[in-house]
Amino acid sequence: MHKRWVWLLAAAAGGLIAAGCGSSSTGSTVGITPTSITFGTHQPLTGPAAPGYSEIAPASEAYFKWVNAHGGVYGRKINLIVKNDEYNPTDTVNVVHQLVLQEHVFGIYEGLGTPTHTKVVGFLNSEKVPDLFVASGCPCWENGVEHPYTFGWEPNYTIEGKILGQYIDQHFPGKKVGVLYQDDDFGKGGLAGIKEEVPASQIVSAEPYVPGTTTLAPQITAIKSAGAEVLVDFTVPIYTAIGQLTAFTLGYHPQLMVSSVGIDPHTVAGLLQTISKGKASGTGLIEGAIAIDYLPSATETSNPWIKLFMKIHNEYEPGTPFDGNTVYGMATAYTLVQALKAAGKDLTREKLVKVVEEQGASWRGPGLVPFAYSKTDHAGYIGGELGKIEGGKLVLTGPPLVTQPTAGTPITPYTTPQEPPPPDGIPTN
Amino acid sequence: MSGVEAVPRLEAPAAGRERRIAALRGLGRSLAIAVISLGLFIALSAVVGEYRDLQLADGAYYFAAVLGLTLVVGYGGKISLGHGALMAVGAYAVALLVADEHWPLAGAIAAAAVVAAFVGLVLGAAASRLHGPYLAGATLTFAVALPQLGNRFPETLGGENGLTINPPAPPGFLGAGFPPERWYAWVAGLGAAAVLFFVLNFKRSVYGLRLRACRDDEVAASLCGIWVSRTQTLSFTLSAACAGVAGGLLTVVLQLAQPGAFPLELSLSLFAVAVIGGLGSIWGAVWGAALLVLLPNWTHDIANSLSLSGNVAYNMPLMIYGVLLVAAMLLWPSGIQGALRRLFLYGRGKLSGRRVRNQPLTEQGSAS
Repeated sequence: MHKRWVWLLAAAAGGLIAAGCGSSSTGSTVGITPTSITFGTHQPLTGPAAPGYSEIAPASEAYFKWVNAHGGVYGRKINLIVKNDEYNPTDTVNVVHQLVLQEHVFGIYEGLGTPTHTKVVGFLNSEKVPDLFVASGCPCWENGVEHPYTFGWEPNYTIEGKILGQYIDQHFPGKKVGVLYQDDDFGKGGLAGIKEEVPASQIVSAEPYVPGTTTLAPQITAIKSAGAEVLVDFTVPIYTAIGQLTAFTLGYHPQLMVSSVGIDPHTVAGLLQTISKGKASGTGLIEGAIAIDYLPSATETSNPWIKLFMKIHNEYEPGTPFDGNTVYGMATAYTLVQALKAAGKDLTREKLVKVVEEQGASWRGPGLVPFAYSKTDHAGYIGGELGKIEGGKLVLTGPPLVTQPTAGTPITPYTTPQEPPPPDGIPTN
Repeated sequence: MSGVEAVPRLEAPAAGRERRIAALRGLGRSLAIAVISLGLFIALSAVVGEYRDLQLADGAYYFAAVLGLTLVVGYGGKISLGHGALMAVGAYAVALLVADEHWPLAGAIAAAAVVAAFVGLVLGAAASRLHGPYLAGATLTFAVALPQLGNRFPETLGGENGLTINPPAPPGFLGAGFPPERWYAWVAGLGAAAVLFFVLNFKRSVYGLRLRACRDDEVAASLCGIWVSRTQTLSFTLSAACAGVAGGLLTVVLQLAQPGAFPLELSLSLFAVAVIGGLGSIWGAVWGAALLVLLPNWTHDIANSLSLSGNVAYNMPLMIYGVLLVAAMLLWPSGIQGALRRLFLYGRGKLSGRRVRNQPLTEQGSAS
């Protein structure tokens, strides 16, 4: 008995010594000093979503380095702490806890993934941490009343589904449609959009898949047996590739339509090559696919924004591929810098959130369509532009279309042309 | 008479009343240990920051899981590589009961223990007939397959997205500014203390004695009249109940029950740290739980400072568990707790002048 007491007391003493005093993570000015501001993000650096997406955070970091080299924002350098969550929602919860409670970041930026980020939205809002420009098109981020600190950035997947659905109505009337979708809010949101525009009788098959699966043979077989002539993919790039390879081996060649999430040609080509062990090369299997995007295509080298991003990319991350993911990362980073500039020198968490709500809708940047930000609507881009994969490149055919995710709202063209970037690539707002 | 070995006399069994008093005293001792541990845990949680509180909460439910595992592996001598799946059973049970049926937390966690115990009963019935690598394979299959049930029944079990529960709010009397992370730590600590109380009692009880007898020599045990397969099935059942409580507490802390929370790595890590910490020992479970909480952070820091690639960094904890497990088996079979105990005894000068306990009874010196 004596020994046991000794052990217990020793452990208690050790525990108390090992503990430090905890420092507060609450408060408006955490993570910010006169010379720096720190954001955190959770990204799939490894795992099923890593191909392609692992390039997004480094691209954002490259843009921040560019801005820091030009003096930062009001003299503050922007730091980004990137943590790997492997697209596993449980890991996302853990790393976001670390970022907020241990690293004391000012805000979370570009948290990637729908199944992942939905698990931390409640925590971030209850801790009053700005949760800006979530890298996911789920409608989950749009309710400014429910989640006042969270803001989307990508177009809502239902909006994409609607625009793709309208295209099907106009160009493939009466043809049978099959949908391959990820079994989470991303895929289901896209499917809901398709259903709003395409009559139910035309949709002959809708097959979900779980990220992490190694084969899509059951799904593609089912879609083929149902006789679908048009296949709509709400897939991350690796499953776009697996789906197309499976269809090819089954001798199934539908008209492919892909969400912006899974179409970056460079990423998909690389995945096709890896998965088929070299038998499929290039973008042959997605040639002619119809896609939707809301940023200029990475191969549109005449576009001034692409020129700017390529310049920054070559300076700060040469040797890595320049593709749609790079453009995505830099475009989101541009929006963050716009927000920081608009919020002014005296920066607090509440002020940053407020400025996005009040001014965000007026910000112009590399996007082809505008933002929707308002007090109640925290949605980002509200539309996209259709395009086709031609010669391995995504060629946007326009015009940009905007709509709302609610059923019955019309899809209208957006006629304001894209503005060129500011001379040094740093927003003046 | 000379030539006859001195055989220690077993005392005549105590009279009924004395036995009951002894039993109550043992119960009181277990309760005191559990309550004091919980008190120290709560005191610790009150002085650290919110992030450490979350780590304490994690440590508490890992402790419950490792205790359950050491019950079957340490006291029972059987291998189980499937305890992650049993935690999943408990986690989903709590998530379903709290989110859909609006049960109170305590009731849901108790129900999780019962459900997991039932699963453990089935598993144990199979396990008691298997040995060594066959048992390992069977439990491994269980660990891989069971969490995927979530994807098989996506409507009720939420599929890959899993089930979420509303964050449990601290009760009003603790004040408005009470950090929710500390409350999660307290709830997890309470659950872990309950499991500790239970395992301490089991260890001292006749069932614990029978289980250890089965572990040491099945044939001799059955010759003594112990029903070996029933005892081992019982141990699996109780161990599963502990893991079920651990899983339920995980849902409380993460507010999430999702297949990705119970990968194969969890079952393997639980087994590895149960051995590394010290099999069949309560303190071994403490070290094991601490290792589970702290090692991923340490390896992350090491990987960062060495700029290792993402894949290497992500898998480092499992690799280190493997290395430590092999090292422990070769060099310190009694794990960290065994090593610490030797150090303690050495420090007290006993190791040189006195035999360590567990020597045969014919030796000089009393059992300590």
